[in-house]
Amino acid sequence: MQAFEYASPTTVKEAAALLQNKWGEVDVLAGGTDQLTLMKERLATPSKLVNVKGIKELGGISAGKAGFRIGAAVTLDELMENAEVRKNYPSLVAAARGVSSPQIRNMGTVGGDLCQRPRCWYYRNGFGLLGTKDGKSLIPGGENRYHAILGNSGPAYFVSASSLGPALISLGAKVKLVSASGSREVAADKFFVTPQNENSREIALLPNELLTEILIPREATKNATYELRQKEALDWPLVSASVALKMKGSTVASARVVLGHVAPTPWAASQAEQLLAGKSITESVAEEAGKAALASATPLSQNAYKVQLARVAVKRALLAAASGRA
Amino acid sequence: MPNYSWPPMEKRRLMGKRLERLDGLAKSTGRAKYASDFNAPGMLFGEFLTCPHAHARVTSIDISEAEKLPGVTAVRIIAKPGTEIQWAGAELASVAATSEDIARDAVRKIKVGYEVLPHLVKEDDISKAGTRAKAAGETVTGDLEKAFQEADVTHEGNYGIPVITHCCLEPHGQVIEWKGKEINYRPSTQNVTGVGGDLAKSLQLPATDVHVKMDYIGGGFGSKFAADLWGVESAHLSKASGGKPVKMLLDRRTELTIAGVRPSAFAKIKVSAKKDGTLTGWQSDSWATGGFGGGGSPPLPYVFINIPNQKKNHSAISTNTGGVRAWRAPNHQQATYLTCCALEDLAAKLKMDPVELFAKNADFTARPEVYRSQLKKASELMDWGKKWHQRGDSGTGPIKRGLGLAIATWGGGGHNSQCRAVIHPDGAIDIELCSQDLGTGTRTIITQVAAETLGLPMSAINLKIGDNSLPPSGPSGGSTTVGGVSSSTRKATINALEKLYEAVAASLGAKQEELEAVDGRIQVKGQPDKALTWKAACQKLGVKVISEMGQNDQKNPGGLNAQGVGGINMADVEVDTETGIVKMKKFVAVNDCGLVVNPKLAESQIHGGVIMGICSALTEERILDAVTGRVLNADMEFYKLSGIGDIGEIVAYMDISPEHDKRGIVGLGEPSAIAIPAAIANAVANAIGVRVPRIPLTPDRVLAALEGRNA
Ligand SMILES: Cc1cc2nc3c(=O)[nH]c(=O)nc-3n(C[C@H](O)[C@H](O)[C@H](O)COP(=O)(O)OP(=O)(O)OC[C@H]3O[C@@H](n4cnc5c(N)ncnc54)[C@H](O)[C@@H]3O)c2cc1C
Repeated sequence: MQAFEYASPTTVKEAAALLQNKWGEVDVLAGGTDQLTLMKERLATPSKLVNVKGIKELGGISAGKAGFRIGAAVTLDELMENAEVRKNYPSLVAAARGVSSPQIRNMGTVGGDLCQRPRCWYYRNGFGLLGTKDGKSLIPGGENRYHAILGNSGPAYFVSASSLGPALISLGAKVKLVSASGSREVAADKFFVTPQNENSREIALLPNELLTEILIPREATKNATYELRQKEALDWPLVSASVALKMKGSTVASARVVLGHVAPTPWAASQAEQLLAGKSITESVAEEAGKAALASATPLSQNAYKVQLARVAVKRALLAAASGRA
Repeated sequence: MPNYSWPPMEKRRLMGKRLERLDGLAKSTGRAKYASDFNAPGMLFGEFLTCPHAHARVTSIDISEAEKLPGVTAVRIIAKPGTEIQWAGAELASVAATSEDIARDAVRKIKVGYEVLPHLVKEDDISKAGTRAKAAGETVTGDLEKAFQEADVTHEGNYGIPVITHCCLEPHGQVIEWKGKEINYRPSTQNVTGVGGDLAKSLQLPATDVHVKMDYIGGGFGSKFAADLWGVESAHLSKASGGKPVKMLLDRRTELTIAGVRPSAFAKIKVSAKKDGTLTGWQSDSWATGGFGGGGSPPLPYVFINIPNQKKNHSAISTNTGGVRAWRAPNHQQATYLTCCALEDLAAKLKMDPVELFAKNADFTARPEVYRSQLKKASELMDWGKKWHQRGDSGTGPIKRGLGLAIATWGGGGHNSQCRAVIHPDGAIDIELCSQDLGTGTRTIITQVAAETLGLPMSAINLKIGDNSLPPSGPSGGSTTVGGVSSSTRKATINALEKLYEAVAASLGAKQEELEAVDGRIQVKGQPDKALTWKAACQKLGVKVISEMGQNDQKNPGGLNAQGVGGINMADVEVDTETGIVKMKKFVAVNDCGLVVNPKLAESQIHGGVIMGICSALTEERILDAVTGRVLNADMEFYKLSGIGDIGEIVAYMDISPEHDKRGIVGLGEPSAIAIPAAIANAVANAIGVRVPRIPLTPDRVLAALEGRNA
């Protein structure tokens, strides 16, 4: 990797002061499970790294009246093991558990999971975020078995890698972003964006901002995440579905259904959400919702199977949520 | 000549016992040092610049900026202007520097001009290969047309198995020091005896100048026999850097791109049979690639070699991809996949249990009785009779269970191995041979044989391997090590014992040929009261040291080792038909391999082979991009290998019996790794009622096959 300066501030204020207005010069380092790979592959060549793991304010999970606050530097393992989180957000626990290998969950942080870069193999092999050669995308006619089946009219065809993203969106979470000049809260579903060119990012975070915490409103939902992966060991989900149901008795008052690993951003399946309102979750309703969620899918040459997988993930997530086993 | 034959089965104290591997603790605690662990003061790091294009001509190469970088000690051009590069990842230049990072920075400063040329990297569709496909020509036996016409049933199918890599956990490479006349070479190799000479040849030096040492290796599987360009370049870099040691290990991307592949194999197959399942005809049009040199022709039909009427053709396709190397049982995994899938499909068409079909046709194999008994044993261990159902007849729920089977054969035999047994006057024993333990347990086995022969405990043996100053012993390939080293060790230890008998016979008042070595004593045969302890016996040597050689006679192994083994594998799988995800439930592997020196190690070999086969069946595949010509998954993230949770239960059964035992020792590394993907693919077909023609059996392929059925 390219040589870099290293800073390890102890407050958000100090850290924010070190960030720059342009991507690429100063990078944030949390658990490093993605950042270091990016640097080794020279996909990131910062001249300075700002370690945020020494910032106390970024740690901790607390439950207040308004809801839950999860510090950005909380590790995936801490998140999964937290008793309150386990009780209220089985969806989040399942999403974190799915990040395979205990080593990655021990090092990787919640903030890092939301800000990680896509795993698209064209990107990771040096063909740019959008995977192009001579100005033309390599993906629609190339090896796209793991790529997007929704929101894929271009130029982005990769899938958002975050498994926590869909779960947090379904739970109505917000993220807090802090820069030297102030702070803002962004709804989780607005945090993920589809880049339109090589120089933009797949998240709304600005280069001079730090993600400091995640806020989840305290609302009783039946929630679950269901992912499909081929292997038990060290593998990425092929698709995931996170659902959160506000119930009125045994029927759904309102539903959030968000798919992961199917589009350049987590994908809110509004057709499925509408279909579910007012219904009780049965096998056939869940199946219908799965179909509705994928009604507008536009698979590429090699990934039609993901449409089927995503339907099944929605169905199984709904059944898991309804039965209380996430 | 002394009698070298193995002690009778019932008399063995150590051979045939389930002993722990001697280096298990060293390996699991990290005390075992691999080439990649070796460090020396002042050591430098070597790196390659590799080609990003699958086919190109180098038009210019400028190393001046790299040479100027502080910390860089040597830069060498490998591909001079004009060189035509035939695959991405090919080596263009090498660098040595005081740190790995500096070496990598230097590589980035080398400027190369290319004329990019058209490439072909995919071979799965032979119609797109054009002139890059070379057909070997048809071979015909019998009258196939007639056989097909007269058959009660025929089946036609297309099958394919992709290129995969060896994926050794320890990448290829070495630490090398070229100082003055001497070269100290610490490679990761399957060939300690020969690799020094291979390096010397490239460097135009006498082989005697190269000293090779290797204690442990992190996987080879057939890909680590030669010194390779990385050995040669590291030597030059060391010399150019004043003789400092240079460590160069391929990074994972390069490892998976250029350090060897197993060829693919695709085929269009037609088979015919009578109503009772007797096979009457075989036709195959197969093709494969093993890289630019083509390569990889699976022997078809596999094992059932004597099917009466046959017509075969095979095309080798040259692609612009990293080249082939032997991969655990070269061509056999492919051959059994193509053959057993076609036979299972035929059985399904006949509504016949494939076990029956295989047994019925066992006469077309070289070892009918062995296969019949193995089919029986495997069926019993799998509970096949109870669990097997007609294809697709697996209930109404989305989760389907199924069973499949496949067959294997391999040669084995013993490689050329020499061993020296040294008995010191204080009773200490050196057993010396330049072999290597690939993780298969070679150390343990040699020690068992030596201790058994000398009538001593394992701990009495001081074993020296992994150093080319020791007596030469062959490369570990073709499952020939155990046969070779056991035989040479047996002979050397018996020869040494004879010398010891000679020295002590007089004091025991007996003739040399009346003595035996038992339980730590040299005694008159059957008379423990007429004995000397081992130590007392050795003291009689005075100042004389016994040093005796033993050599495996490859032409006439004298019953110590043999060739030719078989195996039957059965898989039990579960398929989620909603998702196409296949899970392993149980795997049964029945293998014979003659005299089994250590059943525990043998089973461990089988476990390794089965796990490797499960990866190949379910997830493993090298993925190339047609446009850029690059390997897209040259990493451990998308080059997918199974983990513990993906394996299921493995039942390894060694077919140990007096008939097999009397053949002598036969290797097992390869036969244990052959039939797994075929058995799993057949189990999936049995479960879901339709053939998934190409492996790995990923959800997309399984779902596509299911959709085809529903269409
Ligand atoms: C084999 C493998 C399998 C995986 N499977 C999954 C999976 O199934 N699902 C899934 O979601 N993930 C998966 N991951 C990814 C893993 O979850 C992420 O690598 C991890 O969460 C990143 O966290 P980190 O703390 O290590 O981040 P880092 O690597 O330190 O940082 C990642 C990125 O986020 C930025 N960043 C980090 N923290 C902040 C912050 N507070 N403010 C602003 N920017 C920040 C960094 O600058 C960098 O760009 C997998 C990874 C691997 C290697």
